[in-house]
Amino acid sequence: MQYNGAAVIAMAGKDCIAIASDRRYGLRNQTIGCEMQKTFQINDTTFVGLTGLMSDAQTLEQKFRFRTNMYRLREERDMSPRVFSNMVSSLLYEKRFGPYFCEPVIAGLENGKPYLCGMDLLGAQVYTDDFILAGDCTEAMYGLCESMYRPDLEPDELFELVSQCLLSGVDRDCLAGWGCTVHVLTPQGVTTRHLKGRMD
Amino acid sequence: MLSLGALDYSPRLAARHREELDAPPVEHELLGGIGLPDPTERCDDAHDVVKMVHGTTTLAFKFQGGVIVAVDSRASAGAYIASQTVKKVIEINPFLLGTMAGGAADCSYWERYLGMRCRMFELDQKKRISVAGASKLLSNITYQYKNYGLSMGTMICGWDETGPQIYYVDSDGQRLHGPLFSVGSGSTFAYGVLDTGYRYDMSFDEACDLARRAIFAATYRDAYSGGTVRVYHIDVDGWHRISEDDSMELFFKYKAEKEAALAK
Repeated sequence: MQYNGAAVIAMAGKDCIAIASDRRYGLRNQTIGCEMQKTFQINDTTFVGLTGLMSDAQTLEQKFRFRTNMYRLREERDMSPRVFSNMVSSLLYEKRFGPYFCEPVIAGLENGKPYLCGMDLLGAQVYTDDFILAGDCTEAMYGLCESMYRPDLEPDELFELVSQCLLSGVDRDCLAGWGCTVHVLTPQGVTTRHLKGRMD
Repeated sequence: MLSLGALDYSPRLAARHREELDAPPVEHELLGGIGLPDPTERCDDAHDVVKMVHGTTTLAFKFQGGVIVAVDSRASAGAYIASQTVKKVIEINPFLLGTMAGGAADCSYWERYLGMRCRMFELDQKKRISVAGASKLLSNITYQYKNYGLSMGTMICGWDETGPQIYYVDSDGQRLHGPLFSVGSGSTFAYGVLDTGYRYDMSFDEACDLARRAIFAATYRDAYSGGTVRVYHIDVDGWHRISEDDSMELFFKYKAEKEAALAK
């Protein structure tokens, strides 16, 4: 899980969520690129962040896309975050004995309220109502999140908090960083920002 | 005159010899006080616990103006960054610098010990030790401790009677003399920049800039290198600290230069 390196964080605010990731793509110690997309918008209310082996992450993202599209065609509605995370969980467990090396983080708005869900690589779901972390510097980020998090933050406060937690987290990690991407999802829509980070 | 003390069977010498045997063994005043690590106390599993500063980029090269030494400043334990402000250049004495890659404790302890041995040499011989001599002291130590788990890759750089010199010494007991070395996980990235830009007849400023760019390239591409870029220069008067720049400031400086060049 430390082959490519990644850091993803998702947080709940007042009727909004934020999800952010770093932008490094590397092969062990060698940094290949700094524009890697690790968070994906599934539909108007759902985001997923993928850490671990990036080739598996991209394969999974395509599978998510396929399954959500099929769902929309059959049901004529979008998957809610809860439905999506159950789908991801079962998709991962299908490969119980030869798993995708990927730990997803799912964040969205379920009936206008924040929904956060984390998962291990076999699909065991973890639900929280504050924040969820994945990647290879979670220890460094947990400290900040635990001490800085307050419930019911407004979108701009949430953006600030998520950004600070992620940036200071990746500053203590060799394999993640080189810039960050932050999405803030509110009932009104999505704002996406790219952060300048340390490039070493 | 050649002394043949061993063949002197005079009563005077025999008496002195007896005295020497009776007297308690004289411990060397300085060496006796130092507990050198005993490799027979080695515990196999200890090796996993003491890993630090494994990722590093260090470089040193000779040019017409002497020697340039440059290093990064990150200490890591696995993927965790333990520190961004490590000093990886060890100032052995005013004419000798040692660089640090591999185990932090191994490098700092043995290069400190080397500093003491060099001072002992000076007091004994009333002249400064050569870089060749100093590096050989270190390589003899690393060879003695070979296969006991030492981890160090170091460059002993300095100026002696023969001029500027660089020796690469590592924990396998290898000792190499050469004009240009780079050591550590980021060394391949640094070599890339160094080899394209290197000329023996560079000016002082060009040489410092090349060293800085080479270390910066390594901090950018290598996950286990980062922090600040430190540059040292060695000339006939000994070493001087030239600069210490945060790699982030260098990133934006070089980026601006690149954009300005493209805009032209």
